[in-house]
Amino acid sequence: MARYDSLLDACGGTPLVGLPRLSPTVPDGAPPVRLWAKLEDRNPTGSIKDRAALFMVRAAEEAGRLRPGDTILEPTSGNTGISLAMVAKLRGYRLVCVMPENVSTERIQLLRMYGAEIIFSPAAGGSNQAVATAKQIAAEHPDWVMLYQYGNEANARAHYETTGPELLHDLPTITHFVAGLGTTGTLMGAGRYLREKVDGIQVVAAEPRYGELVYGLRNIDEGYVPELYDASVLSRRFSVGTRDAVLRTRQLVEVEGIFAGFSTGAILHAALAVAHEAVRDGRRADVAFVVADGGWKYLSTGAYGGTLTDAEDALEGQLWA
Amino acid sequence: MAIEVRIPTILRSYTGGAKVVEGSGDTLGDLLADLDSRHAGLRARLVTDAGALHRFVNVYVNDEDVRFLGALDAKLNDGDSVTILPAVAGGAFGFAAAAAIAGHRAAVAAR
Repeated sequence: MARYDSLLDACGGTPLVGLPRLSPTVPDGAPPVRLWAKLEDRNPTGSIKDRAALFMVRAAEEAGRLRPGDTILEPTSGNTGISLAMVAKLRGYRLVCVMPENVSTERIQLLRMYGAEIIFSPAAGGSNQAVATAKQIAAEHPDWVMLYQYGNEANARAHYETTGPELLHDLPTITHFVAGLGTTGTLMGAGRYLREKVDGIQVVAAEPRYGELVYGLRNIDEGYVPELYDASVLSRRFSVGTRDAVLRTRQLVEVEGIFAGFSTGAILHAALAVAHEAVRDGRRADVAFVVADGGWKYLSTGAYGGTLTDAEDALEGQLWA
Repeated sequence: MAIEVRIPTILRSYTGGAKVVEGSGDTLGDLLADLDSRHAGLRARLVTDAGALHRFVNVYVNDEDVRFLGALDAKLNDGDSVTILPAVAGGAFGFAAAAAIAGHRAAVAAR
């Protein structure tokens, strides 16, 4: 289908494309091991977050929490804000985003273009400062509605009802599903759906491992695990460092012509790991992974050019996924 | 048997400031006990009194989360690399802030 009544109706239904050149070669006579990319950058604002934003807003409307003209408040470091800004605009809401000031300039420009208002929390204060800023804003505006993507069941349900079924429809022989672990919505939703439908499916998480500056301020006793997270949905979980994420992001565009953001590089790194294990073990594998967004919003980091060490330095201290 | 262990900034007070230390052990549990013999107090920050990994600590063996490899029983081999990190999923800042507002709202509602 290529005609829709509105942009919101064009959310999801993204292509799944094979990666014949990045898929590992198997010995003669061995079962095939294939990689497949789910192009979530083909959503209305260019990221997988459109699915969650649309479902969360609809759920809030149905529950009577959101009424025309209401203000939505969302602490976000990027794509969710862009998605929510688009959905809010089309559904008649105002969006205020709270974010650390060290996100890329493209993201800020995009958010403002879509009509979002932005309140920055100082980057130097790290998450503690973001918490303080968010609390203060919430106290001053008790009538603002927060969708809270980390604990909102509609976030995971978006992927249970759309991403998961799309994957199974397009790839009935799927053996592995690999996605990024942030709010955990994609993995929980699509992962649960696929576990129900596909015997023995492996649900694999790739989480970004940032530079030390990001963790440096964090006290272990004040850690965060999103409420949506249920470890029993996952089969494995990989931590992918900046260098590997950049390497794979570049490889994806160089070898297969897919220009993606760095979180996708981290996801591809984990997908390649499980694909190569399957080759080693002589098992058939159809590994589907998520291309979470395109690379456009990250060009200003400079991490697409120069040496890997340069790129690593450029991303140090940044939330690149 | 040498296993390289990467220590997060917040726990380097136990390692004399060292970013990377070496230890040995057949399992993660053994390794943490070995480390604690030279870096007293470190293990208690990672393992609860009940003997499980602390909820807000993530430990990776060769970049894979040990909770899916047997947790403290995860097998280790010479040359493995172990990374300890505070639990922050992607979008950590957003989550921290979001959790704070949710907590704040709940506190207001309970008043």
